[in-house]
Amino acid sequence: MVIKQIKRVQIPGILLSIGIFTFVLMAVTALLTHSSSLNITDIWTDAYYRHITVFSFYQAFLSTLLSVVLAIPISHALSRREFWGKTLLLKLFATTLVLPTLVAVFGLLAIYGNSGLLASFFAYFNLKLPFSIFGLNGILLAHVFFNLPFACRLFLQALGSIPDKQHQLAIHLGLKNWYKFRFVEWPYIRGQLPHIAGLIFMLCFTSFATVMALGGGPKSTTIELAIYQAIKFDFDLQVGALLALWQICLCAVLAVFIQKISGSVLLSSNFHSTKNTFIHDSVFSRCWDFSWIILTGLLVLPPLFMVLISGINFKFFVVLSDINFWYAFKNSLLIAFFAGLIAVCCAFFILLASRQWRLIGLNGRADKIEMLATIILVTPGLVISTGLFLLLREFGSLSAMSLYIVIAVNALMALPFALKSLAQPMLQNAQKYELLCASLGIFSLNRFYWVEWKSLRKPILQALCLSFVLSIGDLSAIALFGSHSFSTLPLYLFQLLGSYQMESAAVVALVLLVLSVGVFIVVESVFKEKVVKVKE
Amino acid sequence: MKKKITALITFATLIAMPALAASPTPEKLTVYTYSSFASEWGPGPKIEAAFEKSCQCDLEFIALDDGVTILNRLRLEGKSSEADILLGLDDSLMATAKKTGLLDKHNIDLSAVNVENGWKDNTFVPFDYGYFAFIYNSEKLKNPPKSLKELVEQRDDLNIIYQDPRTSTPGLGLMLWMKSVYGEKANEAWKNLAAKTVTVTKGWSEAYNMFLNGEADMVLSYTTSPAYHIIAEGKEQYVAASFSEGHYRQTEVAAIVKSSQHKKLATQFMNFMLSDSFQSQIATGNWMYPVTDVLLPTEFDQLTLPVKTLSFPSKEVAKNRKAWTREWLISLTD
Amino acid sequence: MIEFSKVNYNYQQQQFHFNLQIKQGSLVAILGPSGTGKSTLLNLLAGFISPIEGDIKINEQSILKQAPYQRPLSILFQDNNLFTHLSAYDNIGLGLHPGLKLTDQQKEHLKTVALQVGVEELLTRFPAELSGGEQQRVALARCFVQNKPILLLDEPFSALDPILRVAMLERVQSLAKSENVTVLMVTHHIEDALAVASDFIFVDHGKALTAESIDQLKVTHPNKHLAHFLSAQVGRIHSIE
Repeated sequence: MVIKQIKRVQIPGILLSIGIFTFVLMAVTALLTHSSSLNITDIWTDAYYRHITVFSFYQAFLSTLLSVVLAIPISHALSRREFWGKTLLLKLFATTLVLPTLVAVFGLLAIYGNSGLLASFFAYFNLKLPFSIFGLNGILLAHVFFNLPFACRLFLQALGSIPDKQHQLAIHLGLKNWYKFRFVEWPYIRGQLPHIAGLIFMLCFTSFATVMALGGGPKSTTIELAIYQAIKFDFDLQVGALLALWQICLCAVLAVFIQKISGSVLLSSNFHSTKNTFIHDSVFSRCWDFSWIILTGLLVLPPLFMVLISGINFKFFVVLSDINFWYAFKNSLLIAFFAGLIAVCCAFFILLASRQWRLIGLNGRADKIEMLATIILVTPGLVISTGLFLLLREFGSLSAMSLYIVIAVNALMALPFALKSLAQPMLQNAQKYELLCASLGIFSLNRFYWVEWKSLRKPILQALCLSFVLSIGDLSAIALFGSHSFSTLPLYLFQLLGSYQMESAAVVALVLLVLSVGVFIVVESVFKEKVVKVKE
Repeated sequence: MKKKITALITFATLIAMPALAASPTPEKLTVYTYSSFASEWGPGPKIEAAFEKSCQCDLEFIALDDGVTILNRLRLEGKSSEADILLGLDDSLMATAKKTGLLDKHNIDLSAVNVENGWKDNTFVPFDYGYFAFIYNSEKLKNPPKSLKELVEQRDDLNIIYQDPRTSTPGLGLMLWMKSVYGEKANEAWKNLAAKTVTVTKGWSEAYNMFLNGEADMVLSYTTSPAYHIIAEGKEQYVAASFSEGHYRQTEVAAIVKSSQHKKLATQFMNFMLSDSFQSQIATGNWMYPVTDVLLPTEFDQLTLPVKTLSFPSKEVAKNRKAWTREWLISLTD
Repeated sequence: MIEFSKVNYNYQQQQFHFNLQIKQGSLVAILGPSGTGKSTLLNLLAGFISPIEGDIKINEQSILKQAPYQRPLSILFQDNNLFTHLSAYDNIGLGLHPGLKLTDQQKEHLKTVALQVGVEELLTRFPAELSGGEQQRVALARCFVQNKPILLLDEPFSALDPILRVAMLERVQSLAKSENVTVLMVTHHIEDALAVASDFIFVDHGKALTAESIDQLKVTHPNKHLAHFLSAQVGRIHSIE
């Protein structure tokens, strides 16, 4: 008999998931019902909203196409070649997706901007920069910067999962370069293609901070940005909510479509690169591979490098002795820390519930409860924070609540990522130890400490880091509440960029970069020490 | 040094919980205003000091991006707003702001106010005014356009920066200016202007800073802006272009919030606003014209005065703002 | 005395029915083709699954209401008997207290049992640093520190080579005898049963067909299914002919 009843350990997670879903629903409803001056046909027939819908699709399509198509030869080259600094490069690849958007935008501006490195190079020859980074150009550049390395890593994983035997077989059959790619490697890439492309498309489609910083006017506006403008500029809350629902619908249709055209794909969670002993080498293929690798290097490294070097300038100590900087710094740390903590705790409880169902084969139920909690992925943070404030505004002033609201919304936005990174390890733990714990009577706190915490410390802390970095770079939850007296580092950076204080902005960008990368490095080094201790 | 110490203290309280216990403080008056008014180079700090000396209270400016943002913030917060006073809306927003029902009537003696056509409004009190204008660097630009039509229709050699009419009062001002000059044909005019636009910024500060950094030939600001360069920097090259169609006038106003718990103090501030100690800060602090007869610095004599003043009644703006903004948006995206 | 009285259980259209008794102090081998219910029998007894009907009694008392850890039995699984992130000492200690809060007396007991099972040298090591046989010995030590009158073995030694496997089983046998522990072991190696068991249960198609003394385990057994099952193994084993 399948045990149908819900176990006690599942109750908090189930309540949390339902709570989160209701919460999102209530926030959107609060916006929709705020005042009743609405005319849906007006919006439907509005040329501007049609334009931004088309533009959202257009830019997301181009961004995805560029990221994915370029990622194929690059990941292929990376899978075949070993070179100095490859590990570091791949580590950097892993960080671009979670890097605070504005830090990357700053790095890109420092190179491709009107007064950037490239422009001064052109000016040296008395030439003008042939393109402007503001508008579609900049949006595409930034999206490729974020997503190309991400796609590369995923493709590399797919290529890494090709068994050695198949490489040997390819050699045995004399399959070289193109034919080997066509018959051995391409099938593995193709399996991942819909998922990767779909995910990247979704991320670009709902892109906010990038478009806000580099859009350069109403012409290049996405739905996500229009939601922000409707709420903040026009105070048209209903339009904001309707646009949010419109975006959720489009994303849902897209998600279903991707599910349909691709079967379920299992990626081995361990990332291991293929041994490069099985390739037919030639001068041409060497050149081919290394030109791709150098090309990516040129895309990814200079902006980060520019953030580093331009951050150390004569304004460094001026910024560091500015009280406003420290206020923003304090707010950012508080928000990121608590949002991260809440996100990981919620993820933990929700997974306790879902893995219990997975253990007894009720995968559908487990998927649903996890899905409820990830709905925020396509709901703009600004809509949630505004709705939440409208619900709570009877109880206090905006400035008193904004910190807590921003923490709550950031926690929600980090939750899907925390869920994703904890799901596999927690399920494995249950599969291994569920019966053993039952027979030894290890429950609740004992179970948490001796079984989950002791073995999952690393993934838990990694999830915490991920949530922390996502929250520290977020601009969308804070966007409504930010004022010059309540800001976070990204908002402060945005204000500095806006008022053209490039040197100060550079310092803040550097601090953000160091914070985001630093957190990962610290956690990783803590675990390195642990490993050494074990061996003693 | 003092700043460094305060920074260190903040750093030390980093780990402390967000809600710090409030110690008993004197009565606090919260004023929402725009960032350039409250900034250290704006008139805010001096006005704060002068008022606090006379009232035994704590005056706090909450700096928001621009005039429209101030209004939207109040609408979002509704009756639970902390604001006692909104300072920095302008005449074109008055009718919209009144309609929210969140503002209170004042009973301030307006006899000192000296503006064109007088001032009779019972909700809003004006504190300064000015005329929108495009500013250029006369050392770089030798033949500035003589009219708005020349700029829009003929001068393809120029590029400009202006502000978003949805977020910023100067941006809204330009929209009304274009509307008063072009009327029904504004759509075409916006398209022409779009070709010369470097970027549309959210607020005045961003636009003006970009202009000073050489990102554009002209920027939308006020006829009084050159006074800043003359008085504060001793630079004479920044000039407001005089347009033959006339310039759109902006009167900046303040109002008391209905839900304020400090009405008495708020009224005191509104009266203070029309006093000499406030008004004398306007010309060289906010770089606008004061609304009372305080003495102006002599350098203001050098400024271009508009040949003709353009203005829409606030009610008409309230009625058409959404449609006109939409017209602007669509002509930019087509 | 362990008693299954008219126990019914369904799982994915497969029906199980058990009605049998096991004497205290016996070492019972549970035999039968794979997928026919050997582990189900063990899981019912251990309490990981509950029957739809019927009762399971130990010493005349129903244990159905008791949670797995409250039942008077310890269990050794085929794999995942040890927490890989904990040392051998901690793994054994968890059998004494689920939060590892051990009294001096318990610590002493743990050491004694470790010595008996032959893992006293391994206590500081982690499972990854132990061989397969050593890992199962540590797990066995935990079963014995629990001091429960019944021990369930769900093919814990099947991954070990035959000589080691029999050695392990003999160790279990002697420990069980000295501690007066009833042992139920699932196995598909007839020779294991013959080597150490005192009785056997033959399970086929979800039913325990017979439970009798190990002497009866012969290809000439009157039960046709058992005879057939045994003759399939005859090629390998000669002693049952």
